[in-house]
Amino acid sequence: MSEDIFQGYKGAALEILKKYNVRVWGQTIIDTTRGIFTGTVLPRAENDDDLHIVLKIETGYNIGIDVATITSMKETGYQKANYKIPEKEFPYSDDKPTVKLFGTGGTIASRLDYRTGAVIPAFSPGELYGAVPELADVCNIDTEKLFAVFSENMGPKQYITLAKAIGHEIENGIDGIMIGHGTDTLHHTAAALSFMVQDSPVPIILVGSQRSSDRPSSDAALNLIHASYAAAHGDIAETLVCMFGPTSDEYGFLHRGTRVRKMHSSYRSTFRSIGDTPVATVTKNGIIHIKKEYNHRRKDKNVKIFPYFSEKVTMIYYYPNMKPEIIDSLVDLGYKGIIIIGTGLGHVNKELYPALQRATDKGVQLFMTLQTIWGYVHMFVYETGRDMIALGVTPLANMLPEVAWVKLGWAMGQTDDPEEIKRIMLTPVNSEITEREPYNGYLVYQGGVPEIEGFVRKFHK
Amino acid sequence: MNKIEAKKNYSVTMKSIGYVDIKKATSDDYKRIGFKSGLEVHQQLKTKGKLFCRCPAGIYHDHDDYNAEVIRHMRPTLSELGEYDGTALMEFKTKKEIVYRINNENACTYEVDDTPPFPIDKEALGIALEISLLSKLNIVGEVHITRKQYLDGSIPTGFQRTAILGVEGEIELKNKKVRLIQLSIEEDSCREISDIGHTRVFKTDRLGMPLIETVTYPDMETPWELAEAAEYIRFLNRSTGKVRTGIGAGREDVNVSCEGGSRVEIKGVAHNSWIPKLSHNEAFRQYALLKIRTILKERLKNGSRWKSKTREITFTDIPLLFKPVKESLDNGYKVIAMNLPLLNGIMSHFTQPGHLFADELTNRLKVIACIEKPNMTHSEELDPSLSAKEWNMIAELFTASVNDAQMILWGPADDIPTAIETIEERIIMAFAGVPPETRKSFEDGTTIFERVLPGSDRMYPDTDSLPIPLDNKYINKLGENLPVLISARFAQLKKWGIPGDSFKYLLSKNMIPLIEELSAKNRFDLKFIGTFLAQTFKNIEGKKKAHKDFSYNIIRKLFTYIREEDLDPNIAGPMIKILYEHPKMRYESILTTLNFKRKSMDDLLAPLDFLYKKFLDIKLSNGKDVEVNWLMGQVRRQAIGNVDLALLSKQIEQKIITKK
Ligand SMILES: [Zn+2]
Repeated sequence: MSEDIFQGYKGAALEILKKYNVRVWGQTIIDTTRGIFTGTVLPRAENDDDLHIVLKIETGYNIGIDVATITSMKETGYQKANYKIPEKEFPYSDDKPTVKLFGTGGTIASRLDYRTGAVIPAFSPGELYGAVPELADVCNIDTEKLFAVFSENMGPKQYITLAKAIGHEIENGIDGIMIGHGTDTLHHTAAALSFMVQDSPVPIILVGSQRSSDRPSSDAALNLIHASYAAAHGDIAETLVCMFGPTSDEYGFLHRGTRVRKMHSSYRSTFRSIGDTPVATVTKNGIIHIKKEYNHRRKDKNVKIFPYFSEKVTMIYYYPNMKPEIIDSLVDLGYKGIIIIGTGLGHVNKELYPALQRATDKGVQLFMTLQTIWGYVHMFVYETGRDMIALGVTPLANMLPEVAWVKLGWAMGQTDDPEEIKRIMLTPVNSEITEREPYNGYLVYQGGVPEIEGFVRKFHK
Repeated sequence: MNKIEAKKNYSVTMKSIGYVDIKKATSDDYKRIGFKSGLEVHQQLKTKGKLFCRCPAGIYHDHDDYNAEVIRHMRPTLSELGEYDGTALMEFKTKKEIVYRINNENACTYEVDDTPPFPIDKEALGIALEISLLSKLNIVGEVHITRKQYLDGSIPTGFQRTAILGVEGEIELKNKKVRLIQLSIEEDSCREISDIGHTRVFKTDRLGMPLIETVTYPDMETPWELAEAAEYIRFLNRSTGKVRTGIGAGREDVNVSCEGGSRVEIKGVAHNSWIPKLSHNEAFRQYALLKIRTILKERLKNGSRWKSKTREITFTDIPLLFKPVKESLDNGYKVIAMNLPLLNGIMSHFTQPGHLFADELTNRLKVIACIEKPNMTHSEELDPSLSAKEWNMIAELFTASVNDAQMILWGPADDIPTAIETIEERIIMAFAGVPPETRKSFEDGTTIFERVLPGSDRMYPDTDSLPIPLDNKYINKLGENLPVLISARFAQLKKWGIPGDSFKYLLSKNMIPLIEELSAKNRFDLKFIGTFLAQTFKNIEGKKKAHKDFSYNIIRKLFTYIREEDLDPNIAGPMIKILYEHPKMRYESILTTLNFKRKSMDDLLAPLDFLYKKFLDIKLSNGKDVEVNWLMGQVRRQAIGNVDLALLSKQIEQKIITKK
């Protein structure tokens, strides 16, 4: 069949469409035991049941008809919807910097996918310009779709492709890089690029949206405007994540790729710098720096690309009474590096010690990070911690667990030498370990306190 | 045009379209202009919680009683069929900053779109389906949550989650059946606090409360039919006893057009009593706009080629620096004079009582260009801002023809391009007739421009929600316990002998089930209970403020007591008067307060001889009625609660006859 005329329908619903010769996009009159319904048959989402037919009625609403109630159907016309984001030619101007936007999937600009009922990204510069015309005021944009995957499917292979592509663009003299990315693993990719792309002369900005751009109050357009400003005009030549500061449409943050984390499943202001402040805030009018020290934009094209990753690394989230067999099985499966996410200052129960010893003996690299997210691993404070160091577990200071996993994969992609791996892990590339935690690096305020309530009321969250 | 001419033109044009006051209008007038109207009736459901989150419903707060504010901007998106909506683009042009005030007690992160929707409230769905069945709609097999775009900011997501429950129903009015297009369940919107310049402020207390919308076909051909349909639907909704009442709980959007006009939606009419006048004036406004089109078309065939001329006014234009212009310039605003070719006599053309065509312009300047009123003045004001001489001076600036009109508008420099565009756009629309739009209503029966009417392109499937199947078992079960149809209720009340002027009160308060219950349980006459509620009780309600513990249960208990104690039910009136304010007072104490003593008919009639003699001593006039009435007056108070007053009066009459 050249075209699926029963898109998404199966079982009983498919049978009845076939019986009455009615196609998807067919204008139809349906007689049922609940009365007559008229409208256009729409495709059905793949995961929905096979007992209903979806109809768009004249007023624009969708309804479902129970196939068991249908007594007859008749197709009276046919009109296929042509869903398209209007493409307008992106107005290039010579006096503006040019930014490369890499697409990885995600929801920066999107349209409905009837098959899955989800939104799928739209992407060309023309489509982007059609959706966010303000971009043309900021810079020229070239786009390249590297892959079309959901955030959760981004992994080491994609990190490497992306790093190489970035290196290529920089060598060709691009003024800035933007990467459109789903938000779930945005910070994993940000960490990977922080390690794989070093000494970049231009900003590398990862950007996503928490509300797809098919929604009028989406954060996509504003995030994109902020990111393009930071990429085209910003002075911070680092791998940064650009997402909403407050949940309000006010300003964005530029977070260092190694210190950022998604902290809420659905808030727009979900990305926060952990144990430090963001590097800067950004609006469409400019960048306000928060941190004084950062890598400045340069005129040269001397970027270093380290596209390595070993997949033989894993991480385990410790819980009370965890059994040694968990560690044993990882070791037996051939994992060469394990990031442990321990409790408190970096602890696991004594019962695991023999398993840790066994892992070390077999040459597996063990590192300790924290469930508390904030703070430093301090394994010298208690005796148990000192025991663990003796067992070969290396504390990773205030490195975030996800960042530690990414970095270990990257380090072990370069070398098998245990000492070299340890050296790489403990030598910060860009703030994944910091020497000090400023006092404003941990500000999780609790509601209910009058002063906090006053603050929240006064400033937009 | 000088003052007298503008005034004269206003009344001449009013006559030329045959405008009549609604009080004098007949159905022939509406036939003449082709009056056509439909309704969208919104009704809040009485549920504990909101529709898509688990916040409590019906808890409101003052404007300033909020815990946090969130700012959003609305950007048009593509419809499911791949097009931008016209309103969407207009709203985007206005570039509004929307501020939401959030109170932790009645709003959570869902309301401000920081959390996806939770499953639909089952209680609300059940009530809405009951009403759908009562409205004789064809119930859908599966409910699909749809997003309906609203870029005015009234919903922080930029869309309302809404779903169709039934299509193609009907209601039965006195003289005709009115067809229903559909009924949907939806989340209520925010309440607006203010809208000044480029900032609009909302509060989120009402946002997300379950609401239904019943949409009729445009079957109503007079304002009275329209009001009747609105009442019918309101009564129908209330007959379930599961909807909210009170200010804002029921709101009507009234769609009106005249022959050759366009669908114009009068938004959020809070009182059904306003509907006739609003629809009347709107139909005539459209009729007037069609007349304006005819005049303009005679002057210029192709309206799309119409163009204004503009010129900035500065401090050097000394003679033109009259007060509003001077003030605008002092405020740093830009002031623009415009020549409007061919608009002589149009600016002051009648549109609604007290409104000119020029008012269509000033309200669009406010809404679309976000310039607060007063934002313009023109050469045909009924109350001129400039002298004819000064307007001539402006006309000379443009070397204008006598057929032209002139105006001056002012506002922040950034808004001026949109302002000029808005004026030109509206005038070009006048060549086409009646622009489809939504209008805001006022108590005096007039309306002003609110927004461009959105198209059906603003619907989008909600990818955050799964479809909800409605199986036969569930629908049949809901169908088993439906209240009696309103048309049947009307017939019932008539049969019981309840006066016609009581119907509205009894139906709007959904009191008929209560009448039936009180009558059946305590063997009281239906007519008596009905009249008691619609007259005695209604009267008390209108005069006194109920105690917070007062409810219809107090009425139920009272009638049980009256029956158990074998009192005459005419004691119910005096007793309920006290109970209304003191619902916990003991019945014995109430009776004591009323000086009630148990007396038989004989007890009451015993002093009659003595009283009759007394009457003869003091009588002021003759006649049997006078005698009986005077005697009744002497014993009425003691009789209440003991015997039926009509019976007593009859007995007294008999006694007098035997005396003579
Ligand atoms: Zn809520």
